[in-house]
Amino acid sequence: MAHSEQEILAGLAEIVNEETGLPADSVQSDKSFTDDLDIDSLAMMTIVALAEEKFGVTIPDDEVKNLSTVGDAVAFIAGAQA
Amino acid sequence: MSQRPDVVVTGLGATTPLGGDLASTWTAALAGESGVRLFDADWVERYGLPLNFAATIKVAPDQVLDRPQLRKMDPSAQYALIAAKEAWAHAGAPQMPGERLGAVVSSGIGGIWTTLDGWDTLREKGTRRVLPTTVPMLMPNSPVAYVSLELGAKAGAHALVSACASGAEAIGHAAQMIRSGQADVVVAGGTEATIHPMPIAAFAASRTLSLRNDDPTRASRPYDVDRDGFVIGEGAAAVVLESAEHAAARGATVYARLAGVGFSADGYHITSPDPSGDGQIRAMRIALADGDLSASDVAHVNAHATSTVVGDLIEARSIRTVLGDAADRVALSATKSSTGHLLGGAGALETVFTVLALHHRQAPPTINVENPDPELDLDLVRDTPRALPEGQIAAINNSFGFGGHNVALVLTSA
Repeated sequence: MAHSEQEILAGLAEIVNEETGLPADSVQSDKSFTDDLDIDSLAMMTIVALAEEKFGVTIPDDEVKNLSTVGDAVAFIAGAQA
Repeated sequence: MSQRPDVVVTGLGATTPLGGDLASTWTAALAGESGVRLFDADWVERYGLPLNFAATIKVAPDQVLDRPQLRKMDPSAQYALIAAKEAWAHAGAPQMPGERLGAVVSSGIGGIWTTLDGWDTLREKGTRRVLPTTVPMLMPNSPVAYVSLELGAKAGAHALVSACASGAEAIGHAAQMIRSGQADVVVAGGTEATIHPMPIAAFAASRTLSLRNDDPTRASRPYDVDRDGFVIGEGAAAVVLESAEHAAARGATVYARLAGVGFSADGYHITSPDPSGDGQIRAMRIALADGDLSASDVAHVNAHATSTVVGDLIEARSIRTVLGDAADRVALSATKSSTGHLLGGAGALETVFTVLALHHRQAPPTINVENPDPELDLDLVRDTPRALPEGQIAAINNSFGFGGHNVALVLTSA
């Protein structure tokens, strides 16, 4: 069953919170993973692996570098599960 | 000619089967409590393990560390970080350049929970579910790396591995870092988190574990005539070592001096100790000579004594050989009777106990000895603590590991 963009954002926020301790409500669509959330590449790859499992999608390595904001990731996951 | 710096102990920390910190662990050890408990999982039913108990950690790390930290660290690193942070705070968290602060933290086995979880994940869910944090969690230097990160220890971060001698080897190496001028202060210790069905099955296969399922808290009984193996334990302990000059300059409390370090190897067998005790004897003699001490200075020994049929007596004979008649005046403690065997954490925890014994002039008790082995020719401290003499005294902490590794540390009263 496809997740709505709102559900994906909430799910990502939960993963980011678990991995980094950042409050879930700080994980907004317009936030940059690196510049705003201070997520390093190791944490980013962990978040990608957990998001793949949670949403049943594959996020290719080539794609990860294009996911600069939380909104980019939400949009990619929403498209990938369709 | 420059003089070799004296090394002193200025901080202690522990999280063990007896308590979540130093004070609770020491209080429980003096009271003769046991840290051995039944498994909280159905491993006997599911996997047919031949035993149902271990000396599990008293305070789970999730009571102490926050969730993002827990997720990035194997339990062995979690325990090490908790113990190291306590030791650092206990030493007064000295303000100093990170380039002069070192860390040496060892584990005997490494991040085995992470290794086995990763393999389960791969088989059950496939390659893409194996997390990128897996390698930095399973690597045996992960505990010391996290301690180095936390404290900003940049003089060097080392993880020396020698099975059940690892924790003591870490502390011995840390002392040598200070003596050589590599660092002024080193946080050193050992850790282990191996209470998982696979390593328990593996240790059981080697016939080294006690199977006293009907009386688990009395299973660890070094030197008792009915001992039948060790009780696997988990946890970590750490010390802060410091050059005497550095400690004096900042007015630090000194709990003991680390006077002598003795390393040797048996070169005899991969798991069995050399029955002649040659390697153990050499380690103790080297450590005493290194500290410019003689047998008559020694008032206390914290033995390796794991409660195995063969090992306990070999060590006892080695101690008698090294100390001779002076051994009659030595209070011998086997604290694994209370704590279980922390493997890579054991040598560090027993160093902490030895420091506290010198500081408080109290040798901790050996519990569960109902009938001492008639071949034991040493004065075992049983059931209640024993007062140690006033004045300048020395104590030996022995640690031996699979592979034939022997470490003797000699500490003296401050």
